[in-house]
Amino acid sequence: MLEIRGLRASAGDNEILRGIDLTVNAGEVHAIMGPNGSGKSTLAQVLAGHPAYEVTGGQVTYLGQDLLEMEPEIRAQAGVFLAFQYPVEIPGVSNAYFLRAAYNEIRRARGLDELDPMDFLDVLEEKLKVVEWGPEIMSRAVNSGFSGGEKKRNEILQMAVLEPKLAVLDETDSGLDIDALRIVASGVNRLRRPDNATIVVTHYQRLLNYIVPDHVHVLSGGRIVKSGGKELALELEARGYDWVEDTAGVA
Amino acid sequence: MTGTYLRQFDALEADATPEWLRPVRRSAMDRFAQTGFPGARDEEWRFIPVTTITQAEFAPAPPASGLTRESIAPFIFGHAEWPLLVFVDGRFADDLSSVPELPGGARAVSLAQAIAEGDPTLVQHLGHHAPVDGSGFTALNTAFVRDGGFVHVPDGEELPAPVHLLFVSTGDTEATVVHPRNLIVIGRAARASIVESYVALEPGRRSFTNAVTEVSSGEGAWTEHTRIQRESESAYHVGLTHVDQARGSHYRSFTLAMGGAIARHNLHVRLNAPNIETLMYGLYLTRGDQVVDNHTAIHHDHPDCNSWEVYKGVIGGNSRAVFNGKVFVRPEAQKTDAKQTNRNLLLGDGARIHTKPQLEIFADDVKCTHGATVGRLDDVALFYLRSRGIDEARARTLLTYAFAAEVVEEVALEPVRLELERLVRERLGAEG
Repeated sequence: MLEIRGLRASAGDNEILRGIDLTVNAGEVHAIMGPNGSGKSTLAQVLAGHPAYEVTGGQVTYLGQDLLEMEPEIRAQAGVFLAFQYPVEIPGVSNAYFLRAAYNEIRRARGLDELDPMDFLDVLEEKLKVVEWGPEIMSRAVNSGFSGGEKKRNEILQMAVLEPKLAVLDETDSGLDIDALRIVASGVNRLRRPDNATIVVTHYQRLLNYIVPDHVHVLSGGRIVKSGGKELALELEARGYDWVEDTAGVA
Repeated sequence: MTGTYLRQFDALEADATPEWLRPVRRSAMDRFAQTGFPGARDEEWRFIPVTTITQAEFAPAPPASGLTRESIAPFIFGHAEWPLLVFVDGRFADDLSSVPELPGGARAVSLAQAIAEGDPTLVQHLGHHAPVDGSGFTALNTAFVRDGGFVHVPDGEELPAPVHLLFVSTGDTEATVVHPRNLIVIGRAARASIVESYVALEPGRRSFTNAVTEVSSGEGAWTEHTRIQRESESAYHVGLTHVDQARGSHYRSFTLAMGGAIARHNLHVRLNAPNIETLMYGLYLTRGDQVVDNHTAIHHDHPDCNSWEVYKGVIGGNSRAVFNGKVFVRPEAQKTDAKQTNRNLLLGDGARIHTKPQLEIFADDVKCTHGATVGRLDDVALFYLRSRGIDEARARTLLTYAFAAEVVEEVALEPVRLELERLVRERLGAEG
């Protein structure tokens, strides 16, 4: 589904990704772990097309297409979804309006008819269950005045509605209490299907108790320095990132 | 072109003017003859090309004919039973208006009718709120006072529905001037909602509207006042709204300014007693080469009053907007709580905003804050929307609309709010 080869990216003069190689197949969950500043959030945002980063080298192939050539909205329409580390507040736009607009854009891109507000409500009712929310949330402005946990749940709700093929969760666990973590994780698990894939970017192993990965990669200094199965996350938890960096010979 | 107006005034004087009104007009004209118009270097007018208006020749607009209810239908909103007073090129149009009998002796009639009747409330208030020494424009309006809306809600009464005063410029004749004059008197513990609209039938015509509205808000009164200025983008518009508030009254205003080649609105509110609450909200949407200027002034003359002001602007193309917000707090106005905010979104590379909060505070036990921001659309918010599949153009429109809609949400009366949202959406190209 996703092939990343030698990906390099910079923010201004600062090179953050220094040659990433990663293959993600349909049905898989990959965890990207690493210390602060290792580039893991940058990787997530580059995959979604964040304009703050400049890709300086390498290729990313997504479902046979050159992902890096695609505008952010085209990536989304093709099934790429980024759950933001810091979801953006948009006062003045209701959650219902925003979600329906996004949903219809993606339907249109797939050659399907747009849904009117009433029909969309039916879709929404199902999806709200994924994050254990009532309909009240829909009349509130997007993320506006939401608590940290509510914002993350709203990201998962969007993911449930938009049904991405490739979901990238950027530090979705940060700032969550244990209940919110459970809701967010179970939402992600309910959305797992054999034909979609998930990349979980996280600093801590905690989330991976709930979302069990098939592969764990450790990012350091803008490169993947170690890959393994889910047991690698536990080992990291026990031994710290210094251990990987030392064994990989990265400063 | 002061001389032109002097000649027009002499012609007007020959009209049947009631005795009591003659000195009001005459002294205003004398005032205008003395002071004339503000000049290009006048501090209060220096960011707009005021001489474009003051040096042009405008003839008095002749009576227009042939307007039908269909032709003005696009400007009417709310419910059919709302009192509607339509003025065509400054004159009351009986056949286009509908004013049901109002309860409790409340009145919503044309100013011309109230003048002819010598309505005692009118005689008591007309010209007693908006000072003719404020600017030449106000003096000129008072000198030419003839028609407009007169709304009077007696003590303890409540208007069952908002009164809509609709001023239509036909643009039938080039370069004409009208001087609409409104008087709104809300009695003690009375409640009313007033909508004042300035609209154009023909885009592209150069006309000049010089409007003045006086509002007297009685003790404990509640008033919502919405002003919608969507004249032709070739027209000139100068307006003053002067509000006098009595003890314990609540006055909230919303001003939408989106029309005019050059448009200026002054909102002056004077708090004449303690325990008054004043809310001033505004939105200006400009594009092309428009110049739209909002000046507000609130006079905290007494203790324990609160004022809250939020004006927002969306400035596109090569247009220019001006915001000047004055807050005066006199030494005796202790425990004043005044907050002023002005936020601007610049869309075009040629778009400009001059924003100036002006606080003059002479009391020491007060809470007064102000803030002004000027910015462009947030790149991260834009990316957030795009990352959900919404294309860039639509994401920009959506964020722009959201920025503007935030202040429209403050309008209390729902049908008015919905109409304002519709106008803003239509203007910004956002869909429903």
